[in-house]
Amino acid sequence: MILSLLISNKIEIQHLDLFYGAKQALKSVSLSIPEKSVVALIGPSGCGKSTLLRSINRMHDLDPKVRLDGEILLDGHNILHGNTNLNKLRRRVGMVFQKPNPFPKSIYDNVAYGLEVNGIHDKTRIRAAVEESIRESYLWDEVKNDLDKPALDLSGGQQQRLCIARAIAVEPEVILMDEPCSALDPISTAKIEALILRLKERFTIVIVTHNMQQAQRVADFTAFMYLGELIEFGRTSAIFEQPNQELTRNYVSGHFG
Amino acid sequence: MKISATRADKLATVVFQFSAWLSVVVLAGIFTLLLYNGFKAFDRIRPQEFFLGYTWNPSGYSAPHYGVLSLLGSTLLVTCGAMVIAIPLGIGTAAYLSESAPPRVYQILKPVIELFAGIPSVALGFIGITILSPVLAHVFGLSNGLIALNGAILLALMALPTIITVSEDAIRAVPKTFREASFAVGATRETTLWRVTLPAAMSGIITAVMLGFGRALGETMTVLMATGNALAFPGGFFEPVRTMTAAIAIELGETAQHTTHYYALFAVGALLFAISLLVNILSETIARRFRYSQS
Repeated sequence: MILSLLISNKIEIQHLDLFYGAKQALKSVSLSIPEKSVVALIGPSGCGKSTLLRSINRMHDLDPKVRLDGEILLDGHNILHGNTNLNKLRRRVGMVFQKPNPFPKSIYDNVAYGLEVNGIHDKTRIRAAVEESIRESYLWDEVKNDLDKPALDLSGGQQQRLCIARAIAVEPEVILMDEPCSALDPISTAKIEALILRLKERFTIVIVTHNMQQAQRVADFTAFMYLGELIEFGRTSAIFEQPNQELTRNYVSGHFG
Repeated sequence: MKISATRADKLATVVFQFSAWLSVVVLAGIFTLLLYNGFKAFDRIRPQEFFLGYTWNPSGYSAPHYGVLSLLGSTLLVTCGAMVIAIPLGIGTAAYLSESAPPRVYQILKPVIELFAGIPSVALGFIGITILSPVLAHVFGLSNGLIALNGAILLALMALPTIITVSEDAIRAVPKTFREASFAVGATRETTLWRVTLPAAMSGIITAVMLGFGRALGETMTVLMATGNALAFPGGFFEPVRTMTAAIAIELGETAQHTTHYYALFAVGALLFAISLLVNILSETIARRFRYSQS
């Protein structure tokens, strides 16, 4: 692909097949994700976009019925290889989920957790990292006096920003976001989108979204998927304004989905 | 829109309403009976002798003694001993079943554990006398294996199915998204279990432990058969003991009605009832404190 010649790719997905038991959910998907960019995965429900996202940090390993074929190269190394250390992989490839899912712990402990489980025990270092991550997530001013309060007392939008703080605290290289705003109101959504645009200076971001305006607002590149196949991938402006495929045109203009 | 009730519906409502209230009436009746008869004991025994006395010897030749502390001490010793064994074992098993048991292993273990709850306590007592007590006597070099430890082990076995089943449900009820969030920052399965899943299930686990405690506290036949029934204040796990339940079961049938001894046994029963009630209230309170964290 021409793009890969111009920009260095953080992730290269090559001929990825995924099976749930006998059902094939991804069909030979190939996709290159440039470093420090935002890539949106769009498509109708059930098209495999979340499934593809969760392959990148091997979340499917929790489900014994799932089988993956093909390659996902992270900085050139195939993470689908059997001897990949999943804990190290997931530290490098963080994730933010569809529904805000802070732990039933304090705000502070939510963010400190990732550092602690990765072997950091120096209290001052943890404290500094927690503060920095919460600041980075545009949440500091709202919670700085309540760090020991339960995270579940926060509003949905605050919880999701806390989840982003939790994800970036371990300094990943890639952040996967699975419809991070689908449970949020427009104001909270706008805050998360502003956050995404800032985070891409430091991280490579892959975001699944149902919201096509959101894809246009935050994504540099957009991939359109349909029935487990990658139909079209390109610059977001091209996908939305001059798609090559009839199917893409119909979807982005709201004819189905 | 209101659907008009048929005659059968009305009848069913009345019947089940009645049976629901009946259980309340029966419970109140039992409590009243225990209290009423129990209080009569204090017409004849000074309360401080009953509550602070170490000697339970109703048929003492010179003077009978009605100190409940030796019975209470025995009950607490055996029950708490059982919990020390059953809590870690039960929670560990529940965690294994819900988090890492392969489906085939689970399909064998789960029904077996549930079946275990159905073993009649007299059968466990039988095992206690014929198998466990000789083993304990041999291992610890005792002349007699009918001791508190014997009862504690058997009660642990009785409490385990309850603790395992209820804890497992609690652990399974922890949203998958908590686990996923933990894995997503690079935590191992073990760390996730200890630091996320178990704390999130804590309210249910506490309920499980309290239910198991209640089961062990009220158990009669097994401890009656397996712990030697000595009347002395318990000296430790290697001494024979007589629990409150065993004392009531053994003595009530051989006591003339309306005697001091008869009423004293009712007082013991009332105290036992009060303890179980307290345990229940306590577990509700603690569980509720943890529950906010669950949704």
